[in-house]
Amino acid sequence: MDFNFTEEQLMIQSAARDFAQRELLEGIIERDDNCIFPAEQIKKLSELGFLGMMVDPKYDGGGMDAVSYVLAMEEISKIDSAAAVVMSVNNSLVCWGLETYGTEAQKEKFLKPLARGEKLGAYLLSEPEAGSDATSQRTTAEDKGDYYLLNGTKNWITNANCASTYLVIAQTNPEKKHKGINVLIVDKNSPGVSLGPHENKMGMRSSDTHSVMFTDVKVPKENRIGEDGFGFTFAMKTLEGGRIGIASQALGIASGAFERAVKYSKERKAFGTEISNHEVIAFKLADMAVKIENARNLCLKAAWLKDQYQPYGTASAMAKKYAADIAMEVTTEAVQIHGGYGYVKEYHVERLMREAKLTQIYEGTSEIQNIIISRAVLKD
Amino acid sequence: MIKILVCISNVPDTTTKIKFTNNNKTLDNTGTQWIINPWDELALTRAIEMKEAAPGAVQSVTVAHVGLADSEPTIRKALAMGADDAIRVNATANDSYSVAVQLSEVVKNNSFDIILCGIESSDYNNSTVGGMLSEILGIPSVSSVSNVTLEGDQVKLKREIDGGFETISVSNPFVAIVQKGIAKEPRIPSMRGIMSARTKTLQVLEGIQTEELVEYVDFVLPSAKSSCKKIDPENVKELINLLHNEAKVI
Repeated sequence: MDFNFTEEQLMIQSAARDFAQRELLEGIIERDDNCIFPAEQIKKLSELGFLGMMVDPKYDGGGMDAVSYVLAMEEISKIDSAAAVVMSVNNSLVCWGLETYGTEAQKEKFLKPLARGEKLGAYLLSEPEAGSDATSQRTTAEDKGDYYLLNGTKNWITNANCASTYLVIAQTNPEKKHKGINVLIVDKNSPGVSLGPHENKMGMRSSDTHSVMFTDVKVPKENRIGEDGFGFTFAMKTLEGGRIGIASQALGIASGAFERAVKYSKERKAFGTEISNHEVIAFKLADMAVKIENARNLCLKAAWLKDQYQPYGTASAMAKKYAADIAMEVTTEAVQIHGGYGYVKEYHVERLMREAKLTQIYEGTSEIQNIIISRAVLKD
Repeated sequence: MIKILVCISNVPDTTTKIKFTNNNKTLDNTGTQWIINPWDELALTRAIEMKEAAPGAVQSVTVAHVGLADSEPTIRKALAMGADDAIRVNATANDSYSVAVQLSEVVKNNSFDIILCGIESSDYNNSTVGGMLSEILGIPSVSSVSNVTLEGDQVKLKREIDGGFETISVSNPFVAIVQKGIAKEPRIPSMRGIMSARTKTLQVLEGIQTEELVEYVDFVLPSAKSSCKKIDPENVKELINLLHNEAKVI
């Protein structure tokens, strides 16, 4: 077993770290306060190729492995989770889904501009009454012969406004239940697509989250990915990989908070010495370090399995659940170590704590991950 | 068509905690992260910018480094940033003179028009390789260069002088010793750059015998920084009192 990273993986990690420090740190508090999408920063991130970093170079992607993706996601998320989630959705849900299941024509038309970062993608699965229960899709894609007629509402959609390419999960044959679900590539600028207001969220406030309404939107038949009824399988498969992205994001939030807590504990004095010299603080840091190391290893294991073309659905569920849960614990402790300073925005850890909460909720709650994991361990 | 050579040094990451061994005569490299010397990284960034701005005028950007095989990750980062090819002289970088001698062999065996050297390395801060290199080669060197531009066939160098700047032109080949201003920020390698670095040429040349002119007698770490005191902005009296009586700087 080799725990060493390759030279390229280390270079990607370093590039992501440099980018985060240089481009994302400045203005992060203001962007979060005022829900300002980091458009300029995302443009630069896309120019460096981070938004399609795992796509095959023949489709204009970076051709990097999933391990590199984990390393990059951690570094970006240490500083700006709102930017990281754009990267995660574009890479693991939209680009991966198109590359794995799309036709050559779809890849040429839709994947290439996404991989080059010229366009952004969004993944539209959640609905007002279908979150964890993805089988209960109320959005309909009625088969009209040459096209599908799309009607319904999608909720909590990341990149809803900034994306131009939507992957929409919708029900075509309700009588077939989840086997009647399709996934369609929809141009956001199609007539009949409208957006709700920007969601005023607790954390990741600058990420671009809206509900999206479809009213009699005509989608050409050639925009369906896979066979008729493939949509639910598509959703489950893409989410397997999406979990690696969100797990790595949670890992980055935790390690970002941890780094700040270590630094602060070496500077802040109480009772005549730096607080890191007090066992109560030192042991907190030790516990945080162990949790982060475990989360990192789970993320990398899931990514490694994906890179080896081995099944990784359970591993990515474990990584996502564990990393999200410890992100919540570690960021809470980071705030505690900072004391009163941790509760004000200038020290960043309160923001990281708010961001951590979302990783337990989106792209499959921790409870849904437990269902996936328990089914795997109880399987005969 | 102009060929640019950028000389790069491999230095400890600027956040490295410096330690010494061998009775404080040698840097302890254990666990050190190595990076491209920041000045050289800016020089390389400018060279790449020049090629991008005038691809018809700049034929290539080559990086040269004197060091052993363990420095190759640093060289490959330079390739990922956008250098076209690289040369590593397989020799230990003992002192500025030995590095300049090894680099002079690289230049003699190729035909570079512009040779860029960072003003100093962030580890030993000798600030002498560029000057020595030009002297060994018998070509001009220009110091304190804060910008390099191509205007037709001419290379214009902006230099910092007392109270301002001057712009000069110089005949090729020459060594430019570059400093602050040469590039805004070091370039971050793109995914495509990292991927293409795999296939770019990294030529390894055996070093020649050189004299070691410097013997390191003793390294001493600077004394630890004293703790920081925060003074209320309204309390100027207290600030003056501390600067006068405690820091004794006024």
